[in-house]
Amino acid sequence: MLMINVFVSSVSTEQIKNLHMRFQQLCGNEKTLRKEHLENIPTLADNPIKTEIIKAFFDKRNQHNNELGSYEEIGFEEFLMVMSHFRPPSIKTSAEEKAAMRKRKVRFLFNMHDTDGDGKITLEEYRKVGIVEGLLSESESIGQEVARAIADAAMLEVASTNVPNMVREVTKITLALFLHFACPQILKDLEMESRMYVRFLDMNTANLRCGK
Amino acid sequence: MNYSSTKRALAVLITCIFLSLPYGCNGEAPHKPSAGATILPQTKPDNGPQAYPEDVPSNLPVFTMDYPRIQIPFEITLWMLLASFAKIGFHVYHKITIWVPESCLLISIGLIVGAIMHSVLEEPPAVLSSNVFFLYMLPPIVLDSGYFMPTRLFFENVGTVMWFAVVGTLWNSIGIGVSLFAICHIEAFGVQDINLQENLLFAAIISAVDPVAVLSVFEDISVNEQLYIVVFGECLFSDAVTVVLYSMFTFVAEMEVVEPEDVFLGVARFLVVGLGGMGFGVLFGFVAAFTTRFTSKVREIEPLLIFMFSYLAYLVAELFAISSIMAIVCCALTMKYYVEENVSQRSSTTIRHVVKMLGSISETLIFFFLGVVTITTEHEWNWGYILFTLLFTFLWRGLGVLVLTLIINPFRTIPFNMKDQFGLAYGGLRGAISFALAFTLPDSIGRKQLFITATIAVILFTVFLQGISIRPLIELINVRRTNRDVETINVEIHSRLMEHTMAGIEDLCGQWSHFYWKDKFMKFNNRILRRILIRDSRAESSIVALYKKLELQNAMEILDTVSGDISAAPSLVSLQGEKKESTNPKKTFMAEDLKNMHDLLSKNMYKIRQRTVAFTSKHALPNDDQPREILIRRHANIRRSLRHGSFQSTIPRSQKYFSLPTGQNLGSKYPSVRRRYADDHETMSEVAYPTRRSRFNQPKRSSSGAMMPLHTLETLKEVPSTDVLNESQSESFSKDQCKPQTGSSYRDSRFPTHRRHFNPPFDNNNGSADDLRNEDEAEEEQRRRHRGALRLPPSWAAEPRDNAPRNPLLRRPQWNPKK
Repeated sequence: MLMINVFVSSVSTEQIKNLHMRFQQLCGNEKTLRKEHLENIPTLADNPIKTEIIKAFFDKRNQHNNELGSYEEIGFEEFLMVMSHFRPPSIKTSAEEKAAMRKRKVRFLFNMHDTDGDGKITLEEYRKVGIVEGLLSESESIGQEVARAIADAAMLEVASTNVPNMVREVTKITLALFLHFACPQILKDLEMESRMYVRFLDMNTANLRCGK
Repeated sequence: MNYSSTKRALAVLITCIFLSLPYGCNGEAPHKPSAGATILPQTKPDNGPQAYPEDVPSNLPVFTMDYPRIQIPFEITLWMLLASFAKIGFHVYHKITIWVPESCLLISIGLIVGAIMHSVLEEPPAVLSSNVFFLYMLPPIVLDSGYFMPTRLFFENVGTVMWFAVVGTLWNSIGIGVSLFAICHIEAFGVQDINLQENLLFAAIISAVDPVAVLSVFEDISVNEQLYIVVFGECLFSDAVTVVLYSMFTFVAEMEVVEPEDVFLGVARFLVVGLGGMGFGVLFGFVAAFTTRFTSKVREIEPLLIFMFSYLAYLVAELFAISSIMAIVCCALTMKYYVEENVSQRSSTTIRHVVKMLGSISETLIFFFLGVVTITTEHEWNWGYILFTLLFTFLWRGLGVLVLTLIINPFRTIPFNMKDQFGLAYGGLRGAISFALAFTLPDSIGRKQLFITATIAVILFTVFLQGISIRPLIELINVRRTNRDVETINVEIHSRLMEHTMAGIEDLCGQWSHFYWKDKFMKFNNRILRRILIRDSRAESSIVALYKKLELQNAMEILDTVSGDISAAPSLVSLQGEKKESTNPKKTFMAEDLKNMHDLLSKNMYKIRQRTVAFTSKHALPNDDQPREILIRRHANIRRSLRHGSFQSTIPRSQKYFSLPTGQNLGSKYPSVRRRYADDHETMSEVAYPTRRSRFNQPKRSSSGAMMPLHTLETLKEVPSTDVLNESQSESFSKDQCKPQTGSSYRDSRFPTHRRHFNPPFDNNNGSADDLRNEDEAEEEQRRRHRGALRLPPSWAAEPRDNAPRNPLLRRPQWNPKK
């Protein structure tokens, strides 16, 4: 609940209302949102990592209460909770808050990779989850094999970026500590907090934004 | 070091000048011909005969000189050389250019040269006529910026960039113009005769920002990308805006009365000029891209096409008096992406180099002339006007940035903070464009001299003061920085992952912005544009591109170190780890080790002899089969090393080589490893060199040929160690190992079938749909390619694969000579 509060306080009621409208629109007349609802969004159909995104919405780990598994259906609160990962930073956000936000975002990405929820990304997961393949499959011709090679190389890269000794022992099959080693080291360059965001639509500024 | 080298450079410069000076005097015979002849290869390297050139007019002249004939190109060459010498000079001692921007140094040299010229009453070359500048000097500079514009960044910030470039420049011109006009009413300055139009014209000239110096500082200390791209883009597009404004105001300045409707016409013209330029640019960009689709047979002219099309875009835009800068920038932006996929690696490198070269020489010359001209022109110094100009440029720039950020910040995801704004405002140096524009002012402007003087003052002031101080200041206030040059696959994957996630989330929220449009554009691009413009139209993900790039880099590195520790070769990323491992124990080589090394070398050093052949044809470029092959081999290597789990440091070193092909081990998860390899090779190598299909046959053959010995080697020796290494291996592998007759025949029957008969192989013991699909794809690839080049690789025909356990070294003579 804490996160929800933070989220609510950081976005305007206008925006929450907007999201709520969208939520209701998505789930039709029902109170809760199910996977089918999301799968039917036409614009999402082309997204190469569609299934991962949808899965993430129903993933209990993204609800900030350290549970595993996934929901069958989610309410607006959970919906908001997932959305809150993508809060844009404002000029007032302090450094610690930003760090926390970044951590949540990394966590979110990590959860997308880590399908079995054991806190580790194995090479198999990295290869097979379909993220890499999905990303690549957008260009149709690329074979699975290449995708796999790239996943392998990426994994090796992670392995070599981290403390070598450690990894050599740890990653016999699994690469643990992806979050603690790989993400901060490799992903910090991407400036997570400034890349993963959605500007939640605010009615008042909706018209103005066209100019951008 | 510092002083001596600078002095040396100076000495060279001065000699050069002294040499070139006499030549400039309407072609009379040089006074110091001998010196000229020794240093400048353009004249005949002949010292003696000048003393008596006229004595024997009737006879056949042994030595003649016709200076006027070569005067213009000769002087241009000399000036360029001089500027280049200056540039070289600065970089001999690197620390100068860190603290003092290059443009400052160039201007200083220019000042010195100007002083020398002035003292001998020499006229500066008439380089800065309007035509020369706009037709020859400006295009390379702009093409340079346009071509090297970081595309992704730019489009992420396109709104802000345009906002600052267009509105900011307008703001500056109008603000400065109007306030200068107000100043002109003060009688004490004695400049009442300057009217509003002229003030506006002048203001337009000095609002073109040109922060070359700032950009290099920003790059050095890697400020955050947003700030960088805004300054970069602003500079580029403000040039365009300024030139438009300039042409408008020159027109207006000659008008007697300005009617209100002229203002509207002006706005309309502004739009027409800007958007028209954009349109022409995009059009020519597409045409250029489309043309390069067909140049696979004439690689030599590829770079030329790029330059000609950009220049054509520029010239055509000039022809219709629309913004030629916009045209060339848009042309470069549009075609870059497609062209670089169509042309060969070499052509692409050539293009980049030449673009950079032309741009930098042009810029160097302009700054250099700026220095020269500062001394040699007549100035009209007016304290009041010039000081107020300086004041207003600062003031309006600062105000402009404040106000404009205030307006744009709510629309930005990452708003500019105060520090960024300071960087933006302080980065507003004036430079080449302002200078050139001031010089090309029409003579009808009464106070042209004053304007030139004021412009030069502003440029010198900003370039020197701000240019020198910006580095310490930026470091002092600690502007947010970014790490821009990390290229890893993970970064690429995750940035793509994030983009797609964001696009997905936006779809979910039902609100579309940046990511949504990018997604849609990419789709459009992949489905339509690429089909039309790119020869091998299958889209290539940026991840794959980066992967290949890293692979290639790595391969090159390995090639460099190949004699030393070839053991570093096994994989791309375990390189660091392995290097440490392999360099430390400089032990004596066991016989086993030596054999392995021999083996590895025989695989890594292939067909070096063929190299010489490549250079025989005069018009063909040397072919680059070899690096391609390296890449393929590298790819094979990395796959193998990864499969056997190169993390496992427990493997004794001597076993490393043996364990290379344990690809089989991990591969046992996949039913047919052999085929995997082949498949993998097909796809990977093919994507790697999409442009080179016609000649593809050979390296693939040899590379997969190289795979075979590895495999056989493994079946020979690996058996005892597999158990240690791969406790958890599934049975299919051990089956392969223990029953070589079934395993190998299975594999072998399958593999050559591919090559020989192009039949879809029957799938006997695995039913996975994926594999089937792979198989079919591979087959189709095979067939397609072989249709093009039906000659069968003799190696495959000749190779009796059934007697698998053969020493690879023995087989070598078989596949080597055929090349």
